[in-house]
Amino acid sequence: MSDERTMVEALNLALREEMDRDDNVMVLGEDVGADGGIFRVTKGLIDDFGESRVMDTPLAEAGIVGVSVGMALAGLNPVAEMQFSGFSYFAFHQIEGHVARMRWRSRGRFTLPLVIRMPFGGGVRALEHHSESREAYFAHTPGLRTVIPSGPRNACTLLKAAIRSPDPVIFLEPKAAYRAFREEVPEGLDPAQLDKADIRRKGADITMISYGAMLRRTLEAAETLAEEDGVEAEVIDLPTLAPLDAETIGASVRRTGRAVVVTEAPLSFGPAGEIAARIAEEAFVYLEAPVNRVTGWDVPMPFFAREQSYLPDARRITNAARVTLAY
Amino acid sequence: MPRARMKELEPIEILSVLDEDGNFDKELAPDIADEKLIAIFRAMAKARLFDERLLNLQRQGKLGTFAPVRGQEAAQVGAVAAIEASDWLVPSFRETAAMLWRGASLEDIFIFTAGYNEGLAIPDDSNDLPTCVPVASQLPHAVGIAYAQKYRQTGSVVMAFFGDGATSEGDFHEALNFAGVFEVPVVFVCQNNQWAISVPRAKQTRAHSLAQKAIAYGFPGIQVDGNDVLAVLKAARDAVTRAREDCLPTLIECVTYRMGVHTTADDPTVYRDEEEVEEWEDRDPIERLRLHMRSRGLLDDKAEDAMAEELKDEIESAWKSARDTMEGLTDPSMMFDHLFAEPTTPLRAQRNAFEALRDDRKAANE
Ligand SMILES: Cc1ncc(C[n+]2csc(CCOP(=O)(O)OP(=O)(O)O)c2C)c(N)n1
Ligand SMILES: [Mg+2]
Repeated sequence: MSDERTMVEALNLALREEMDRDDNVMVLGEDVGADGGIFRVTKGLIDDFGESRVMDTPLAEAGIVGVSVGMALAGLNPVAEMQFSGFSYFAFHQIEGHVARMRWRSRGRFTLPLVIRMPFGGGVRALEHHSESREAYFAHTPGLRTVIPSGPRNACTLLKAAIRSPDPVIFLEPKAAYRAFREEVPEGLDPAQLDKADIRRKGADITMISYGAMLRRTLEAAETLAEEDGVEAEVIDLPTLAPLDAETIGASVRRTGRAVVVTEAPLSFGPAGEIAARIAEEAFVYLEAPVNRVTGWDVPMPFFAREQSYLPDARRITNAARVTLAY
Repeated sequence: MPRARMKELEPIEILSVLDEDGNFDKELAPDIADEKLIAIFRAMAKARLFDERLLNLQRQGKLGTFAPVRGQEAAQVGAVAAIEASDWLVPSFRETAAMLWRGASLEDIFIFTAGYNEGLAIPDDSNDLPTCVPVASQLPHAVGIAYAQKYRQTGSVVMAFFGDGATSEGDFHEALNFAGVFEVPVVFVCQNNQWAISVPRAKQTRAHSLAQKAIAYGFPGIQVDGNDVLAVLKAARDAVTRAREDCLPTLIECVTYRMGVHTTADDPTVYRDEEEVEEWEDRDPIERLRLHMRSRGLLDDKAEDAMAEELKDEIESAWKSARDTMEGLTDPSMMFDHLFAEPTTPLRAQRNAFEALRDDRKAANE
C-alpha cells in the first residue's frame, strides 16, 4: 500500500497502531463499529480488534463521554468519538464538569488519559449543526488540551500523541480536510510533540496564523502575496490550539511586525481574539499595524448553499494581509 | 412483608388492525369517513413520490443531504391525522410525510433541501416547529409547549416525533419524566424503524420494547404496528383524547422500518442485510392500505392512476417554482437576519463588512 494517505486514512492508521501498541486503547461512539464511523475513520477496527475494544454505543453523547471517564479512571485509554462537534454539547457537562478537572479535583489521584475525537468545521455541504467551529468552548475550559490537525501527516502523529497524553485531549478534526488532499504518511511515525506551534512557511514581512482547514487557505493567500505583491509571509499552524504556543507566535511577530489571524470560528470572544491578545503581550512595541482577524461571522453557519460565504477564503485573507501591510 | 408483583404497573398493549393482505379487524379499527381514508392514502402516496423525487434530484447533485421517509408513511400520516390544525407538531428530521399532511409546501422542502435557510421559514399561522437535527433535543420543547396549552387552557395538544435511537438520549428521558410530573397534553410518537444509522434497535436498549419506557414515567405506552395506518390512527386518537381530556401524556411506539438509506450520505450495505429489507418490503404500509381500500371499493386502477398523475404534476410544478425562487436567493447577507429581534451594534458592523466584501468580489468578477 502506498504511503500517500488522506486525513481519514491517516487517523485510521494512528488508531490502529495505538491499539496494536496497547491493549488498553479502545474506541467507542455512535456507528464506529460495523459502519466504521460515518466518515470511515474507524473503518475495519472492529474486525481487527473485536467488539470489546470497538464499541457501537447507544445514541447518547453524555453516556459516551461519561462512560469514557469511568474507563479512564480505571486504567483504560478510551478514544471516544462524537459524531459531530455540534452534538458534543450533549456531553458538555461531562467534559467541563469532569473530563477537565478530575485530576485537579482528586489532587492528582485520578487522571484521565482519554481522547474525545470529533469532526468540526464547514465546507462539506452538511445539514444544520454539522458545520460549526466552536473550538473556543473547549479551548476556554481550563484543564482541556485542544488539538486540531491541519493535514493527514500531523493528524496521524497528533492523534498518537493525544492517545499517549496522560491528560484528556479534545481532538477536533477539520472535516473539510478529511479527503481534500493526501500526504506521505508512512507506518510507524513517532507521535508529534503537543503544545508546539508549527512554522509552515518562512517569511519576514508578515505573520499569518491559522489552524485546521483554514491553514491551506492561509498558505494559498501567502503564495498569492509572494507572487503578486512580492511579500513573504510567515505562516504558523497551531496544531495545539490550547495551550497556546505564544512564544513561537511572539517571536515571529517580533520579526515581522504584522499579524493576521485566520479562523473559521466566529469573531467575538473567539480564538483569534485570544491570539491577538497574546501578540499584544509578546510583541506590542514591534507591531506596525493592529492585528487583523479574518474569521467566520457572528451568526450560525448558514445552510450549505451559503456556507462558503461564511468561511474565510484565500481572497479575503489576502486582502486582509494587504490592509495590514499598508497600514 | 410480602414479596409480590406491583399491581400498579399497567401492562403494555400491542395493537394491529390491518394485516399484510389488507384484511382488517372491524372492532379495533378507528371510525373513519371514506374521504378521510382516501386523503390518508393520498398523503402517503404523495410522501412516497416526493421522497423518490428528492432522492433522484439529490443523486443528480441538485439537492443536499436529506433523510428519506420511505417505509414510514403510515407511522407519520396515521399519527398526525389524529390532531387538529390548531394542535402543535414537534418533528425531528425525517418527518416529511407528517409535515406535508400538516400543510408544509413541497416548494419549501425543496428549497430547504437545496441548502437555503428560506425553505425552513415557518408560516405565521402554523404551530409546527422547524425540523430538528440534534437527536431527541426537541422532546423537552414539546413538554414545555404542552405545559403552556394547559396553563392557558387552549385545549390544544402537542405531538412530538422521534426515532428509536432517540430513546437513548437523556433529553428523551427528561422530557418523558417532566411530561409525567407536569401532567401535560403531549403525545410522544416514536418511530422505531429498527435502525439508528448503523446501530440496530437491539443495541439501543436491552428492554423488550420502547413502549414500556412509559411505565417508568407513570403514563401509558402502547406498541403499534407502524406500517398499519389504521392501528397508528387508532392509537394516536386514543392518546390525543387522553391528552385533550385528561391532560396526560402517552408514548406510542410505531414498529416500522427504514426502507432506504439513513440519509443520502449513508451506505447501509455496509451494515445490514438486503434480506431484512426484502422482508419488510412485504409489509409495505402503502401497499397494505391499497389492498384494503380496493377490497372496500374505495380505490380502483383509474382512481389510482389519476391520483398518481396529479401528485406527480404537483411535485414537478413545485420543483419548477422552487428553482425560480432559488434563482432570486443570491444574497447571502440574509444570514445576518433574524438572529435577534433587532440587529446588535457589532452585528450591524459585521453585516456592513460582509456586504463590502461581497460587492468587492462582485466587481472583481465583472
Ligand atoms: C445528538 C445527536 N447525536 C448524533 C446525531 C447524528 N445522527 C443523526 S440521525 C442519527 C440516528 C438517529 O436514529 P433514530 O433516532 O432511530 O432516528 P432515525 O434516523 O432512524 O429516523 C444520528 C446518530 C444527531 N443528529 N444528534
Ligand atoms: Mg431509527
